[in-house]
Amino acid sequence: MTLDDAPPPVLSITPWQWLRRNLFNTWYNSLLTLICLWLLFQVLQAVLGWVFTQAQWTVVQTNLRLFFIGRYPPNLAWRLWLVLGIVVGLAGLSWGSLAPARSLWSKRGVSIVTAIALGVTILLPLPLPPRLWLGAIALLLFGSFWLGKRFATLLKPQLAWAWLGAFPILLWLIGGGLGLRSVSTNFWNGLLLTMLLATTSIVLAFPFSVLLALGRQSNLPVVRWFCTLFVEIVRGLPLIGILFLAQVMLPLILPVELRLDRLLRAIAGLVLFNAAYLAENVRAGLQAVPRGQSEAARALGLNPLWVLWLIVLPQALRVVIPAIVGQFISLFKDTSLLSIFALVELTGIARSILAQPQFLGRYAEVYLFVGLLYWIVCYSMSIASRRLEQHLGVGHKRT
Amino acid sequence: MKTQRSVPLWRDVRFWWVVGQVLVVLLTAIAIAIFWSNLSRNLQQLGIQFGFGFLNSQAAFDIGETPISYRPSDNYARALQVGLANSLRVTVFGIVLATVVGVTAGIARLSDNWLVRQLALVYVETLRNTPLLLQLFFWYFAVFLGFPRLPAHIQLPGPIYLTQQTVALPWFHVTRDTDVWLLLLSANLLLVWAWHWWGSRAAAPTVPLLLKLLGTLAVTVAIALIIFETEILGWDAPRIVADSIEGGLQLSPEFAALLVGLSLYTATFIAEIVRGGVQSVSQGQWEAARALGLRPSYILRLVIFPQALRSIVPSLGNQYLNLAKNSSLAIAIGYSDLYAVASTTYNQTGRAVEVMVLISVTYLSISLVISGLINWYNRTVQLVER
Repeated sequence: MTLDDAPPPVLSITPWQWLRRNLFNTWYNSLLTLICLWLLFQVLQAVLGWVFTQAQWTVVQTNLRLFFIGRYPPNLAWRLWLVLGIVVGLAGLSWGSLAPARSLWSKRGVSIVTAIALGVTILLPLPLPPRLWLGAIALLLFGSFWLGKRFATLLKPQLAWAWLGAFPILLWLIGGGLGLRSVSTNFWNGLLLTMLLATTSIVLAFPFSVLLALGRQSNLPVVRWFCTLFVEIVRGLPLIGILFLAQVMLPLILPVELRLDRLLRAIAGLVLFNAAYLAENVRAGLQAVPRGQSEAARALGLNPLWVLWLIVLPQALRVVIPAIVGQFISLFKDTSLLSIFALVELTGIARSILAQPQFLGRYAEVYLFVGLLYWIVCYSMSIASRRLEQHLGVGHKRT
Repeated sequence: MKTQRSVPLWRDVRFWWVVGQVLVVLLTAIAIAIFWSNLSRNLQQLGIQFGFGFLNSQAAFDIGETPISYRPSDNYARALQVGLANSLRVTVFGIVLATVVGVTAGIARLSDNWLVRQLALVYVETLRNTPLLLQLFFWYFAVFLGFPRLPAHIQLPGPIYLTQQTVALPWFHVTRDTDVWLLLLSANLLLVWAWHWWGSRAAAPTVPLLLKLLGTLAVTVAIALIIFETEILGWDAPRIVADSIEGGLQLSPEFAALLVGLSLYTATFIAEIVRGGVQSVSQGQWEAARALGLRPSYILRLVIFPQALRSIVPSLGNQYLNLAKNSSLAIAIGYSDLYAVASTTYNQTGRAVEVMVLISVTYLSISLVISGLINWYNRTVQLVER
């Protein structure tokens, strides 16, 4: 047996060795460890003591529905469950068909998510109907993941269209009309509104951002100047200023007959803001496409529009997907600013719950719970984005 | 000889070049004209005439914190100046604090101590993934307003007093002779700089800069103490005097909450930038430096950090800009920054356009100044390529 055939030596360390190596390898590290342990102990003692003895979590428990869907009519909640089901089903299909075939992580990941969802369903003190819905949706995720994996080649090209097509259906289910009882946008609150604001804004901002990025790279000086000016001005202003512009100035510069409601004005502001930031990401993607690609395409006789549509954009946008997810995360957090403009999204509903006399002063409980909701969404997306980045990076190296 | 058939107009690139630009200009002009006519019609209906004359009328509202003197009888222009001063105050302190915390957390993320690494990771991932506004609400309502009301107080070593009305920290206080001391200090710095510059031209090994600095400082202090018999800067510790706190640096809960919230939030991004920057320095640099026999602290200071700085500085600038822009969230917790004052001004006068113009111009100028400074610094750290 040569040395090459020998199996690698099994590296196993005892907990003692691990401690020596990771916590107490030098004198200053030992000191640091001790200081950190002491701090950790102090903080945990205070926080856990507060959580289990002083905090009154009834404020969260009694308002659970408000946090998620706000004042949406309770007897129409099935429509929102259906919406969640469609989104989860599509997400499962996409996850299943896009995850690389060999990666074990995705299988484990989907099992973990399903298990967590089922665990939440069983453990949380919820009434029966939400429990049934949640359980069914968790199983749906698992099922659609396997379906997606099984028919990956068939589904992959259709996914983008499926999402785009589902969007109006989801809006119809939430808003009603066309045979369903319509629900005024005033009743779309809480996490539901936050999600809607974020997704709608990013979807609408995306085409604008591509146009802006292309405009900034255009060889027509006037177009280039306009786009650069727009992007730089918007990026130099605080979001709250842009939202002020959308809420106050938009009604002034639009004709009197065209009255946008508060929600639409908010979305307009968010779109304006995010288009500028996304445009910079897209521009980076455009610059990453080697010049040879468009030169080769033009040499083949494609006209400039086709070169852009078939050659440059697909490559550029593929590179910027992680950046777009990152932008979506920050947009998701930014929607909280709309609570300053009297929109009752997740932060807004927290403030209105805190304004009720019986929950006066329960700031910490409510804000921690709402923070947890934001955190779950943002953190899971940032993990997904990191995976995507690795996945795309690997793909990039191979070609 | 006949020239070849001329290219039809619609296939001529130059034709489209001109048409495209003319079209864009025309469309923009039409859009602006429509917006403008709507605007003037709507403003006419509201009975408002465009103009900045209103800035001279009396503001008649109170501002919580006034770093420059202000009374409600002053005009709107003065009120907005106070707002700007408040914005700049929180931005400057925020940038300093965020940099310190961020760099520390970023280095902690790279520590070889497992516990330190994990703590930094938890800090970064929690605060980065929740909205800043929510954090500000939490800091203000749950933390700073949750402190006991005077005369009850929480005392931390320092002494630092935490109360609902104010947060008091020990701080320097200016004495009669502070000017003299500042003069001496600048002379000292100049001296050290000259010495260092002169020393660096000589080939012989010189005394380390820090030693020179400390040495001359000690000599200057000694001379000044003997000749002038004064203290440099008073060390002003806050103290409890009959149900109130006197002395020290007293921060309002609004300012403290905004400063802490903004800095800790921005610091998470700075931590990631620092970590990324240090990791972007190739492993070979570490190995080569170690092979040369440099001490670990020297490796970091002389080899890794100057290279990491090149990728850190531009992103750091972006975070400073974000911090300056995010300081406008002050309105949510009742700190009178520029946006808050402008918003009150709009509510009182209905001058949407003028207020919007003022906000835009001011924030754009702040952004420009910060990015200008960062660009200037960036040029000094970047590699000079031949």
